[in-house]
Amino acid sequence: MAKILVVTSGKGGVGKTTTSAAIGTGLALRGHKTVIVDFDVGLRNLDLIMGCERRVVYDFVNVINNEATLTQALIKDKRLENLYVLAASQTRDKDALTKEGVGKVIDELSQNFEYVICDSPAGIETGAHLAMYFADEAIVVTNPEVSSVRDSDRMLGLLASKSRRAEQGLEPIKERLLLTRYNPERVTKGEMLGVEDVEEILAINLLGVIPESQAVLKASNQGVPVILDEQSDAGQAYGDAVDRLLGKDVPHRFLDVQKKGLMQRLFGAR
Amino acid sequence: MNIFDFFRERKKETPASIAKERLSIIVAHERGQRSQPDYLPALQKELVEVIRKYVNIDQDQVQVALENQGSCSILELNITLPDR
Repeated sequence: MAKILVVTSGKGGVGKTTTSAAIGTGLALRGHKTVIVDFDVGLRNLDLIMGCERRVVYDFVNVINNEATLTQALIKDKRLENLYVLAASQTRDKDALTKEGVGKVIDELSQNFEYVICDSPAGIETGAHLAMYFADEAIVVTNPEVSSVRDSDRMLGLLASKSRRAEQGLEPIKERLLLTRYNPERVTKGEMLGVEDVEEILAINLLGVIPESQAVLKASNQGVPVILDEQSDAGQAYGDAVDRLLGKDVPHRFLDVQKKGLMQRLFGAR
Repeated sequence: MNIFDFFRERKKETPASIAKERLSIIVAHERGQRSQPDYLPALQKELVEVIRKYVNIDQDQVQVALENQGSCSILELNITLPDR
Protein backbone atom coordinates (compact mmCIF):
# COMPACT_ATOMS: atom_id res chain seq x y z
CA MET A 1 0.00 0.00 0.00
CA ALA A 2 1.20 3.44 -0.91
CA LYS A 3 1.63 6.36 1.40
CA ILE A 4 -0.84 9.11 0.47
CA LEU A 5 0.63 12.59 0.90
CA VAL A 6 -1.31 15.80 0.45
CA VAL A 7 0.39 19.11 -0.29
CA THR A 8 -1.97 21.79 0.96
CA SER A 9 -2.03 25.37 2.26
CA GLY A 10 -5.43 27.04 2.10
CA LYS A 11 -3.97 30.17 0.54
CA GLY A 12 -3.07 30.28 -3.14
CA GLY A 13 0.29 31.10 -4.65
CA VAL A 14 2.41 29.91 -1.74
CA GLY A 15 4.11 27.08 -3.67
CA LYS A 16 1.91 23.97 -3.46
CA THR A 17 2.45 22.88 -7.05
CA THR A 18 6.15 23.74 -6.98
CA THR A 19 6.41 21.68 -3.79
CA SER A 20 4.37 18.75 -5.14
CA ALA A 21 6.58 18.61 -8.23
CA ALA A 22 9.79 18.90 -6.22
CA ILE A 23 8.89 16.41 -3.49
CA GLY A 24 7.44 13.88 -5.95
CA THR A 25 10.50 14.12 -8.17
CA GLY A 26 12.78 13.86 -5.13
CA LEU A 27 11.08 10.66 -3.97
CA ALA A 28 11.41 9.17 -7.47
CA LEU A 29 15.07 10.22 -7.60
CA ARG A 30 15.63 8.24 -4.43
CA GLY A 31 14.15 5.13 -6.03
CA HIS A 32 10.51 5.28 -4.85
CA LYS A 33 7.78 4.75 -7.42
CA THR A 34 5.76 7.95 -7.17
CA VAL A 35 2.73 9.52 -8.81
CA ILE A 36 1.77 13.18 -8.48
CA VAL A 37 -1.96 13.88 -8.86
CA ASP A 38 -3.28 17.35 -9.71
CA PHE A 39 -6.56 18.06 -7.89
CA ASP A 40 -6.96 21.58 -9.24
CA VAL A 41 -9.79 20.82 -11.65
CA GLY A 42 -10.39 23.70 -14.05
CA LEU A 43 -7.01 25.33 -13.33
CA ARG A 44 -4.45 22.60 -13.91
CA ASN A 45 -0.83 23.62 -13.74
CA LEU A 46 1.13 20.67 -12.43
CA ASP A 47 1.63 19.51 -16.04
CA LEU A 48 3.35 22.83 -16.86
CA ILE A 49 5.60 22.72 -13.82
CA MET A 50 6.54 19.11 -14.62
CA GLY A 51 7.06 19.94 -18.30
CA CYS A 52 4.58 17.39 -19.65
CA GLU A 53 1.77 19.75 -20.72
CA ARG A 54 1.85 18.59 -24.33
CA ARG A 55 1.51 14.95 -23.42
CA VAL A 56 -1.81 15.18 -21.55
CA VAL A 57 -4.33 13.04 -23.42
CA TYR A 58 -6.60 11.78 -20.68
CA ASP A 59 -7.00 13.27 -17.20
CA PHE A 60 -8.20 12.54 -13.66
CA VAL A 61 -11.88 13.22 -14.47
CA ASN A 62 -11.76 10.95 -17.54
CA VAL A 63 -10.62 8.12 -15.26
CA ILE A 64 -13.36 8.83 -12.69
CA ASN A 65 -15.99 8.80 -15.46
CA ASN A 66 -14.58 5.57 -16.95
CA GLU A 67 -13.73 7.36 -20.19
CA ALA A 68 -10.14 6.19 -19.88
CA THR A 69 -8.18 3.68 -17.83
CA LEU A 70 -5.64 4.81 -15.28
CA THR A 71 -2.86 3.33 -17.43
CA GLN A 72 -3.97 5.52 -20.33
CA ALA A 73 -4.15 8.67 -18.20
CA LEU A 74 -0.87 8.33 -16.31
CA ILE A 75 1.91 10.37 -17.91
CA LYS A 76 5.34 8.85 -17.48
CA ASP A 77 8.10 11.36 -16.74
CA LYS A 78 10.75 11.58 -19.48
CA ARG A 79 13.59 12.08 -17.02
CA LEU A 80 12.90 9.58 -14.27
CA GLU A 81 11.92 5.93 -14.45
CA ASN A 82 9.79 5.92 -11.28
CA LEU A 83 7.79 9.09 -11.78
CA TYR A 84 4.27 9.59 -13.13
CA VAL A 85 1.80 12.47 -13.33
CA LEU A 86 -2.00 12.38 -13.36
CA ALA A 87 -3.25 15.68 -14.79
CA ALA A 88 -6.36 17.51 -13.62
CA SER A 89 -9.19 18.12 -16.03
CA GLN A 90 -9.80 21.57 -17.49
CA THR A 91 -13.59 21.13 -17.19
CA ARG A 92 -15.63 23.90 -15.63
CA ASP A 93 -17.97 21.38 -14.02
CA LYS A 94 -17.65 21.98 -10.28
CA ASP A 95 -18.91 18.51 -9.40
CA ALA A 96 -16.44 16.65 -11.60
CA LEU A 97 -14.70 15.18 -8.55
CA THR A 98 -16.72 12.93 -6.28
CA LYS A 99 -15.63 11.24 -3.09
CA GLU A 100 -16.38 7.78 -4.53
CA GLY A 101 -14.60 8.54 -7.82
CA VAL A 102 -11.49 9.96 -6.14
CA GLY A 103 -11.47 7.08 -3.62
CA LYS A 104 -11.53 4.55 -6.43
CA VAL A 105 -8.61 6.20 -8.27
CA ILE A 106 -6.54 6.64 -5.09
CA ASP A 107 -7.17 2.99 -4.26
CA GLU A 108 -5.97 1.81 -7.62
CA LEU A 109 -2.93 4.11 -7.50
CA SER A 110 -1.92 2.94 -4.06
CA GLN A 111 -1.71 -0.64 -5.32
CA ASN A 112 0.86 0.32 -7.95
CA PHE A 113 2.87 3.09 -6.29
CA GLU A 114 4.87 3.68 -3.12
CA TYR A 115 3.90 7.35 -2.87
CA VAL A 116 0.82 9.18 -4.08
CA ILE A 117 1.29 12.97 -3.90
CA CYS A 118 -1.99 14.91 -3.98
CA ASP A 119 -1.46 18.48 -5.18
CA SER A 120 -4.33 20.39 -3.58
CA PRO A 121 -5.96 23.47 -5.09
CA ALA A 122 -6.17 26.64 -2.99
CA GLY A 123 -9.26 27.29 -0.90
CA ILE A 124 -11.44 24.92 1.10
CA GLU A 125 -13.87 23.80 -1.61
CA THR A 126 -14.45 20.29 -3.00
CA GLY A 127 -11.08 19.93 -4.74
CA ALA A 128 -9.11 20.88 -1.65
CA HIS A 129 -11.30 18.72 0.56
CA LEU A 130 -10.95 15.64 -1.62
CA ALA A 131 -7.19 16.17 -2.03
CA MET A 132 -6.71 15.83 1.72
CA TYR A 133 -9.57 13.43 2.49
CA PHE A 134 -7.66 10.18 1.84
CA ALA A 135 -4.25 11.40 3.06
CA ASP A 136 -1.95 9.67 5.52
CA GLU A 137 0.39 12.63 5.77
CA ALA A 138 0.09 16.32 5.00
CA ILE A 139 2.68 18.86 3.95
CA VAL A 140 1.34 22.28 4.86
CA VAL A 141 3.03 24.85 2.64
CA THR A 142 3.22 28.26 4.30
CA ASN A 143 4.82 31.61 3.49
CA PRO A 144 6.17 33.67 6.41
CA GLU A 145 3.32 36.14 6.02
CA VAL A 146 0.15 36.71 8.08
CA SER A 147 -2.59 35.58 5.67
CA SER A 148 -0.74 32.43 4.70
CA VAL A 149 -0.10 31.43 8.32
CA ARG A 150 -3.72 32.02 9.28
CA ASP A 151 -5.01 29.99 6.32
CA SER A 152 -2.59 27.18 7.14
CA ASP A 153 -3.98 27.02 10.65
CA ARG A 154 -7.48 26.79 9.21
CA MET A 155 -6.29 23.95 6.98
CA LEU A 156 -4.83 22.16 10.01
CA GLY A 157 -8.25 22.33 11.63
CA LEU A 158 -9.85 20.75 8.58
CA LEU A 159 -7.17 18.04 8.37
CA ALA A 160 -7.97 17.12 11.95
CA SER A 161 -11.75 17.01 11.53
CA LYS A 162 -12.81 16.49 7.91
CA SER A 163 -10.50 13.74 6.65
CA ARG A 164 -11.18 10.03 6.23
CA ARG A 165 -8.85 9.30 9.14
CA ALA A 166 -10.76 11.72 11.37
CA GLU A 167 -14.16 10.36 10.33
CA GLN A 168 -13.17 6.75 10.88
CA GLY A 169 -11.40 7.46 14.16
CA LEU A 170 -8.04 6.28 12.81
CA GLU A 171 -4.66 7.68 13.75
CA PRO A 172 -4.69 11.38 12.72
CA ILE A 173 -2.97 12.66 9.59
CA LYS A 174 0.69 13.40 10.24
CA GLU A 175 1.06 17.14 9.60
CA ARG A 176 4.30 18.83 8.65
CA LEU A 177 5.20 22.43 7.95
CA LEU A 178 7.12 23.49 4.86
CA LEU A 179 8.02 27.17 5.03
CA THR A 180 8.61 28.55 1.54
CA ARG A 181 9.85 31.87 0.11
CA TYR A 182 11.92 32.40 3.25
CA ASN A 183 14.21 35.39 3.27
CA PRO A 184 16.76 35.21 6.14
CA GLU A 185 17.95 38.74 5.49
CA ARG A 186 14.49 40.22 6.06
CA VAL A 187 13.98 37.98 9.10
CA THR A 188 17.21 39.36 10.62
CA LYS A 189 15.97 42.90 9.99
CA GLY A 190 12.68 42.10 11.76
CA GLU A 191 10.70 42.55 8.58
CA MET A 192 9.59 38.94 8.17
CA LEU A 193 8.29 36.25 10.51
CA GLY A 194 11.07 33.85 11.43
CA VAL A 195 10.86 30.08 11.20
CA GLU A 196 10.56 29.78 15.02
CA ASP A 197 7.66 32.25 15.04
CA VAL A 198 5.68 30.27 12.46
CA GLU A 199 6.50 26.97 14.19
CA GLU A 200 5.30 28.41 17.50
CA ILE A 201 2.02 29.69 16.06
CA LEU A 202 1.12 26.58 14.06
CA ALA A 203 2.64 24.10 16.53
CA ILE A 204 3.49 21.36 14.01
CA ASN A 205 6.74 19.65 13.05
CA LEU A 206 8.98 21.42 10.58
CA LEU A 207 9.71 19.48 7.40
CA GLY A 208 11.85 22.15 5.82
CA VAL A 209 12.52 25.76 4.94
CA ILE A 210 12.81 26.70 1.27
CA PRO A 211 14.59 30.01 0.72
CA GLU A 212 13.14 32.61 -1.63
CA SER A 213 15.09 31.80 -4.76
CA GLN A 214 15.42 32.85 -8.38
CA ALA A 215 15.84 29.18 -9.22
CA VAL A 216 12.11 28.52 -8.67
CA LEU A 217 10.91 30.80 -11.48
CA LYS A 218 13.73 29.61 -13.71
CA ALA A 219 12.72 25.99 -13.13
CA SER A 220 9.01 26.58 -13.72
CA ASN A 221 9.79 28.53 -16.92
CA GLN A 222 11.62 25.47 -18.19
CA GLY A 223 9.19 22.85 -16.92
CA VAL A 224 11.84 21.24 -14.74
CA PRO A 225 11.07 20.54 -11.06
CA VAL A 226 13.39 22.82 -9.06
CA ILE A 227 14.79 19.87 -7.09
CA LEU A 228 16.61 18.81 -10.28
CA ASP A 229 18.57 22.09 -10.15
CA GLU A 230 21.01 20.68 -7.65
CA GLN A 231 23.21 23.77 -7.73
CA SER A 232 20.41 25.99 -6.44
CA ASP A 233 19.62 26.73 -2.80
CA ALA A 234 15.91 25.94 -3.28
CA GLY A 235 16.76 22.66 -5.03
CA GLN A 236 19.04 21.62 -2.18
CA ALA A 237 16.50 22.66 0.46
CA TYR A 238 13.84 20.51 -1.25
CA GLY A 239 16.35 17.64 -1.36
CA ASP A 240 16.82 17.92 2.40
CA ALA A 241 13.04 18.00 2.91
CA VAL A 242 12.64 14.78 0.92
CA ASP A 243 15.34 13.11 3.01
CA ARG A 244 13.52 14.17 6.19
CA LEU A 245 10.29 12.83 4.75
CA LEU A 246 12.06 9.48 4.38
CA GLY A 247 13.07 9.59 8.03
CA LYS A 248 16.62 10.93 7.75
CA ASP A 249 17.83 13.43 10.30
CA VAL A 250 19.16 16.29 8.18
CA PRO A 251 20.07 19.69 9.70
CA HIS A 252 18.19 22.72 8.36
CA ARG A 253 20.12 24.95 5.98
CA PHE A 254 19.62 28.40 4.44
CA LEU A 255 18.18 29.83 7.67
CA ASP A 256 20.89 32.43 8.12
CA VAL A 257 22.08 35.28 5.99
CA GLN A 258 24.79 34.11 3.63
CA LYS A 259 27.87 36.23 4.20
CA LYS A 260 29.13 37.77 1.01
CA GLY A 261 32.78 37.24 0.22
CA LEU A 262 35.07 40.09 -0.78
CA MET A 263 34.82 39.19 -4.47
CA GLN A 264 31.03 39.01 -4.30
CA ARG A 265 30.92 42.41 -2.63
CA LEU A 266 33.19 43.91 -5.23
CA PHE A 267 31.52 42.46 -8.28
CA GLY A 268 27.97 42.31 -6.96
CA ALA A 269 27.30 38.65 -7.66
CA ARG A 270 23.82 37.58 -6.57
CA MET B 1 18.97 61.17 22.10
CA ASN B 2 19.99 60.21 25.62
CA ILE B 3 21.25 56.86 26.81
CA PHE B 4 17.76 55.67 27.87
CA ASP B 5 16.36 56.27 24.42
CA PHE B 6 19.15 54.17 23.04
CA PHE B 7 18.05 51.14 25.08
CA ARG B 8 14.38 51.77 24.42
CA GLU B 9 15.12 51.87 20.71
CA ARG B 10 16.41 48.32 20.78
CA LYS B 11 13.23 46.94 22.27
CA LYS B 12 11.08 48.64 19.64
CA GLU B 13 8.49 46.48 17.95
CA THR B 14 9.45 45.23 14.54
CA PRO B 15 6.94 44.53 11.76
CA ALA B 16 7.61 40.82 12.30
CA SER B 17 6.87 40.98 16.04
CA ILE B 18 3.61 42.83 15.37
CA ALA B 19 2.67 40.16 12.82
CA LYS B 20 3.44 37.42 15.33
CA GLU B 21 1.37 39.03 18.05
CA ARG B 22 -1.63 39.61 15.78
CA LEU B 23 -1.42 36.08 14.42
CA SER B 24 -1.16 34.49 17.85
CA ILE B 25 -4.33 36.24 18.97
CA ILE B 26 -6.45 35.54 15.89
CA VAL B 27 -5.28 31.92 15.60
CA ALA B 28 -6.06 31.24 19.27
CA HIS B 29 -9.49 32.83 18.83
CA GLU B 30 -10.28 30.81 15.71
CA ARG B 31 -9.10 27.58 17.30
CA GLY B 32 -11.46 28.22 20.21
CA GLN B 33 -14.37 28.62 17.83
CA ARG B 34 -13.34 25.54 15.88
CA SER B 35 -13.67 23.30 18.91
CA GLN B 36 -17.20 24.50 19.56
CA PRO B 37 -19.99 22.26 18.29
CA ASP B 38 -21.89 23.45 15.20
CA TYR B 39 -25.19 23.70 17.09
CA LEU B 40 -24.07 26.52 19.41
CA PRO B 41 -25.24 29.49 17.27
CA ALA B 42 -28.62 27.81 16.65
CA LEU B 43 -28.95 27.06 20.35
CA GLN B 44 -28.27 30.68 21.20
CA LYS B 45 -30.85 31.89 18.67
CA GLU B 46 -33.57 29.58 19.98
CA LEU B 47 -32.83 30.49 23.60
CA VAL B 48 -33.27 34.15 22.75
CA GLU B 49 -36.61 33.37 21.11
CA VAL B 50 -37.86 31.53 24.19
CA ILE B 51 -36.74 34.23 26.60
CA ARG B 52 -38.28 36.94 24.37
CA LYS B 53 -41.69 35.45 25.05
CA TYR B 54 -41.35 36.73 28.59
CA VAL B 55 -38.69 39.44 28.61
CA ASN B 56 -37.65 41.78 25.84
CA ILE B 57 -33.96 41.15 25.19
CA ASP B 58 -31.54 41.42 22.27
CA GLN B 59 -29.48 38.70 20.64
CA ASP B 60 -26.27 40.08 22.16
CA GLN B 61 -27.63 39.96 25.70
CA VAL B 62 -27.31 36.19 25.70
CA GLN B 63 -23.88 34.64 25.81
CA VAL B 64 -23.39 30.95 25.28
CA ALA B 65 -19.97 29.38 25.83
CA LEU B 66 -18.82 25.82 26.00
CA GLU B 67 -15.81 25.10 28.15
CA ASN B 68 -13.98 21.83 28.16
CA GLN B 69 -12.61 20.68 31.48
CA GLY B 70 -11.01 17.32 31.27
CA SER B 71 -13.63 14.67 30.62
CA CYS B 72 -16.67 16.95 30.93
CA SER B 73 -17.85 20.08 29.16
CA ILE B 74 -19.61 22.98 30.83
CA LEU B 75 -22.23 24.93 28.92
CA GLU B 76 -22.21 28.43 30.32
CA LEU B 77 -25.25 30.59 29.73
CA ASN B 78 -25.17 34.25 30.59
CA ILE B 79 -28.34 36.30 30.11
CA THR B 80 -28.46 39.97 30.87
CA LEU B 81 -31.98 41.11 31.72
CA PRO B 82 -32.86 44.74 31.10
CA ASP B 83 -33.41 47.14 34.01
CA ARG B 84 -36.87 47.12 35.44
